[in-house]
Amino acid sequence: MADTQTWRQWLLTETPTSRRHAKISAIYQGWLSFRSNTMAMIGLGILVLLVFVAFAAPLLAPHDPFVQDLGNRLAPLGTDGHIFGTDSLGRDILSRLIYGARITLYIVALVALIAPVAGLLVGTVSGYVGGWVDTILMRITDIFLAFPRLVLALAFVAALGAGIENAVLAISLTAWPPYARIARAETLTIRSSDYISAIKLQGAGPLRIITKHIWPLCISSLIVRVTLDMAGIILAAAGLGFLGLGAQPPSPEWGAMISEGRRFILDYWWVATMPGLAIFTVSLAFNLLGDGLRDVLDPKAGE
Amino acid sequence: MSLTDDNNQRRPRRAPLSEKAWPLAKTSMLTLGSISVTLLGLLFITFIIGRVMPIDPVLAIVGERASQSTYDAVYQQLGLDKPLLVQFLYYLWDVLHLDFGTSLLNARPVSEDIARVFPATLELATLGIIFGVVLGVPLGVLAAVRKGSWIDQVARVLALVGYSMPIFWLGLMGLLVFYGILGWVGGPGRVGIFYVDVVPSVTGLILVDALLDGNWAVFKDAFSHIILPASLLGYFSLAYISRMTRSFMLEQLSAEYITTARVKGMSEWDVIWKHAFKNIRVQLITVIALSYANLLEGSVLTEIIFSWPGIGSYITTALLSADMNAVLGGTVVVGLIFILLNIFSDLLYKVFDPRAK
Amino acid sequence: MNAFNRLLTSAAIGLAVGVTSFSAFAETPANMLVIANRIDDVTTVDPAESFEFAGSDISRNVYGRLVNLDPLNLEAGYQPDLAESWEVSEDGKTITFTMREGVKFHSGNPVTAEDAAFSLQRAVILNKTPAFILTQFGFTPENATETIRADGNKLMITTDKKYATSFVLNCLTATIGGIVDKATVMANEVDGDMGNTWLKTNSAGSGPYILDSWKPNESVTLTSFPDYYGGAPAMERVIVRHVIESASQRLLLERGDIDVARNLNPEDIAGVMEADGVKVEDELKGRLMYLALNQKHPVLSKPEVRQAFKYLIDYEGMRDSFLKGQYTIHQNFLPKTYLGASDENPFSYDIEKAKELLAAAGVENLEVEIGVREAQERIEIGQSFQNAAAQAGIKVNITVGTAKQILARYRARELDVYLGAWGPDYPDPQTNAGTFAYNPDNSDEANATGLLAWRTGWDAGGLTEKVEAAVTENDREKRVQMYLDIQKEFREISPFVMMFQQIEQSALRDNVENWSTGQAVTAAAYWQVTK
Repeated sequence: MADTQTWRQWLLTETPTSRRHAKISAIYQGWLSFRSNTMAMIGLGILVLLVFVAFAAPLLAPHDPFVQDLGNRLAPLGTDGHIFGTDSLGRDILSRLIYGARITLYIVALVALIAPVAGLLVGTVSGYVGGWVDTILMRITDIFLAFPRLVLALAFVAALGAGIENAVLAISLTAWPPYARIARAETLTIRSSDYISAIKLQGAGPLRIITKHIWPLCISSLIVRVTLDMAGIILAAAGLGFLGLGAQPPSPEWGAMISEGRRFILDYWWVATMPGLAIFTVSLAFNLLGDGLRDVLDPKAGE
Repeated sequence: MSLTDDNNQRRPRRAPLSEKAWPLAKTSMLTLGSISVTLLGLLFITFIIGRVMPIDPVLAIVGERASQSTYDAVYQQLGLDKPLLVQFLYYLWDVLHLDFGTSLLNARPVSEDIARVFPATLELATLGIIFGVVLGVPLGVLAAVRKGSWIDQVARVLALVGYSMPIFWLGLMGLLVFYGILGWVGGPGRVGIFYVDVVPSVTGLILVDALLDGNWAVFKDAFSHIILPASLLGYFSLAYISRMTRSFMLEQLSAEYITTARVKGMSEWDVIWKHAFKNIRVQLITVIALSYANLLEGSVLTEIIFSWPGIGSYITTALLSADMNAVLGGTVVVGLIFILLNIFSDLLYKVFDPRAK
Repeated sequence: MNAFNRLLTSAAIGLAVGVTSFSAFAETPANMLVIANRIDDVTTVDPAESFEFAGSDISRNVYGRLVNLDPLNLEAGYQPDLAESWEVSEDGKTITFTMREGVKFHSGNPVTAEDAAFSLQRAVILNKTPAFILTQFGFTPENATETIRADGNKLMITTDKKYATSFVLNCLTATIGGIVDKATVMANEVDGDMGNTWLKTNSAGSGPYILDSWKPNESVTLTSFPDYYGGAPAMERVIVRHVIESASQRLLLERGDIDVARNLNPEDIAGVMEADGVKVEDELKGRLMYLALNQKHPVLSKPEVRQAFKYLIDYEGMRDSFLKGQYTIHQNFLPKTYLGASDENPFSYDIEKAKELLAAAGVENLEVEIGVREAQERIEIGQSFQNAAAQAGIKVNITVGTAKQILARYRARELDVYLGAWGPDYPDPQTNAGTFAYNPDNSDEANATGLLAWRTGWDAGGLTEKVEAAVTENDREKRVQMYLDIQKEFREISPFVMMFQQIEQSALRDNVENWSTGQAVTAAAYWQVTK
């Protein structure tokens, strides 16, 4: 007990003893203010649960998500052994939802890695180098922004073939321009600061300045933005899946499951409803978390 | 970025244009130049995508049974035997003459097709944005004024749910409940089957055409069809508009001059509407313009769910059947609208917002 | 609907003003037939070019043909239409048609032998996709004016050799046999296109209906032709509306907004049968579902493997579940109701048997790709097959794509396995025999993309000659036996796993009588329909 007390004091100190101490202390205080935000905590809780479900899918799922039973198809909610019923090929919907969590996580993680990094690269280079490089890069960004996004993604998937990896690439392709703009704006303010001038005088090259000094400063606003966009990414992936351009059968991708269940919407509404609820829950969780994070990391942008 | 788009979260951005003050003539030249460069890029990328796509446009026309000689004839007819760049230049030349070519699949001029499908999207998006603004702005203002109250909470939940809902799913559920079970609204499509082609198409907007014709029955029927998808789109733009309104208002309400006004004994109504709201109008119009642009370009999934013959589903269908003239034409029109709305909001900033000068 | 409900509606959809109620049940006007169907396959309505289902429906009602099928008696086969009678020359190569007198085109021009000759020549010269139906008789753009000619009210066509007369006449009942109004068409000619551009979106026929408008992916509107020689049809207006979703079609039908719903899935058929005032009519169609195993694949080309795949289909399971009522098991390339069709279905779902065959062929760790069109029923057939194959130790990867994506790869002989559907082009056994079991040159250079056997890389194992012989046989009984023999051999040796034949279930308002979608032999007809 006393031990915890001291930890707490150490973490909350007004007079940090080292840079690292100050950093940890700041993170802890951020966590405290985040923790007091009930909604954000609910969001975090749901996401932790999602990660757990995805990892423990083989243990949690009552059935093999791929095993068909044509004799027991479209079983209603609450059927013995199939709480959420079965789909058109007699597969257990709950098990498919559980395995589907893996696909959702996979897509989200990949897009969250690719799009902001691409945006960061383009934005910082554009902002730091300036001149015609800036003009060209920003013009390209504008072109991508002006593209009807679903059309761009659709065209991309149509060109490369349907599949989960291509869907991820397609979503990333439509998602990077705003990150590039944010990163560029941040770079522009940082570039002219005294701090960068000082480093320049010390003889640091542009590569070093961008990677060591500008990137770290851009990251927090990007993280907030990514978290807020996460829900959008999930919805986008589901939209592609719904159009049959995402994960291929028999993969239990949630959007594709809605699309399959849409045929029976009148008589067997749960087949399309359950995956819809799953998508809604997860993207709501990301939105709640994003709101909370924004309050902590970037209070100005929030309320 | 969301592809389901109707609940888009794209933020308004400060245009590069507004960074420096240019003389008007030069600005317009630059604007025009940047529009053309962007459009050119748009066309080029779409064109390339169309050519690398594994869907064979020739096969799309001749079908499964065609003999090789029929196939070859069409291949040449489409100019596919020429180098890519030459094909692009040919296409560009036609577009400069406002000729978007002929749809490969239905043998009609693409411009005619677009003139037919675009009004459908325009009607839907316009009604949607009207819902969004009429309900979203007051809600946002109210939420800001009564920060922390139940109405603020309701607004917050409404917005969060809007951001999180897959629109195609909500659309399905809406159809199931309001059309399938309750029968309160018209089903998919723009009008009921025996009202098709009853009123002459003047504007292409059925609601307007019906009024012009004085045909009340068609108007009622068309309204019953549009109400559900438009409310849906309206809801998603409401989510965005109300959140933005709220945060703009909060910023104003905490400003010095508001406190001063209150101290002077000005009524709360006047403080809110005459001072604070007046100052956020420009920002708000930008948000609305962007939101509108998104509805126009991005209601693809809504259109598909509701069998709405709009430009989103037109481009999608064309894309999946390799009808590249149609895809290119549609993309240019939609891209142009998006760019114009953006420029419009940038101009507003420049003209009205003192801080941008 | 009461006032309270109305109030709720307004509230629910965010309206302050009360909306007048929309009646729960509507009824279409008595002289109007309203049909919901998928019409996105229509790319042209020119009979010389039109080839897809919904386009054939339009053509059948708009254009008269020399000989035609009676929608109320399809079993009777071809009947006189614009030609009143015909005679075959002694050498069996020339058929002389006598034209019916007093028949008018929609324009008011009389239908003459000259128009008929022009229409057939035009189809041959334009050489669009369906042209093969005519050119297989030796007509070429060069010789068309000699082989097809008019003389007074007679039309003579001369084939390059003797064919079964029924074969020739059956082909003339296809869409490409539609007779167009020469004067009107040529008045709209552009750059020597014989009016093709104009006819793509307009019509110049003599059939019971006039094409009012075709709006791509929206609707087709037909108006009755009062001067139709067979009498003006009862339905004065026919509207075919493009409705993609089965559920939407069902709701429209249940609410009485439409008279006919043509694309209901089994679940909605079951649902709609319980609704009041709705009936369901079944018609056996010609469309077959099959798997094609690429013979250029080193493993799939082994005879035991081909055989094994035929045991890896859960025929009954699928028929009784997601295909219920809409497909029947059929393991032959000639659809039931066709001349020479066989009812033999020797294969059943038998994993053990398949395993034995695979073991005998020494197959281990086989992994194949199957190309499937994005239609839901096909994706499900693909998944069911994938599931069965997995139990026999074969890993199947499904690639779903649009029709055109998948088809292009099939035509290029790139797919390991193709899940296909095939509909006959004209009501004669040659239509399928000539593509499944006929492949004179299997080399890549031959590029015979029109032949399914070639696409599959199969040399047809000696069946090519037998098919050629059957098509010239004029003795009906002999011809039937020849097809039965070909199919027997085909079942055992071919790389095609024939699975199902389609049954079209049309859901109708119960006052609709005499509805016909043309069964396996032709397209839908509207003129005999009454309400």
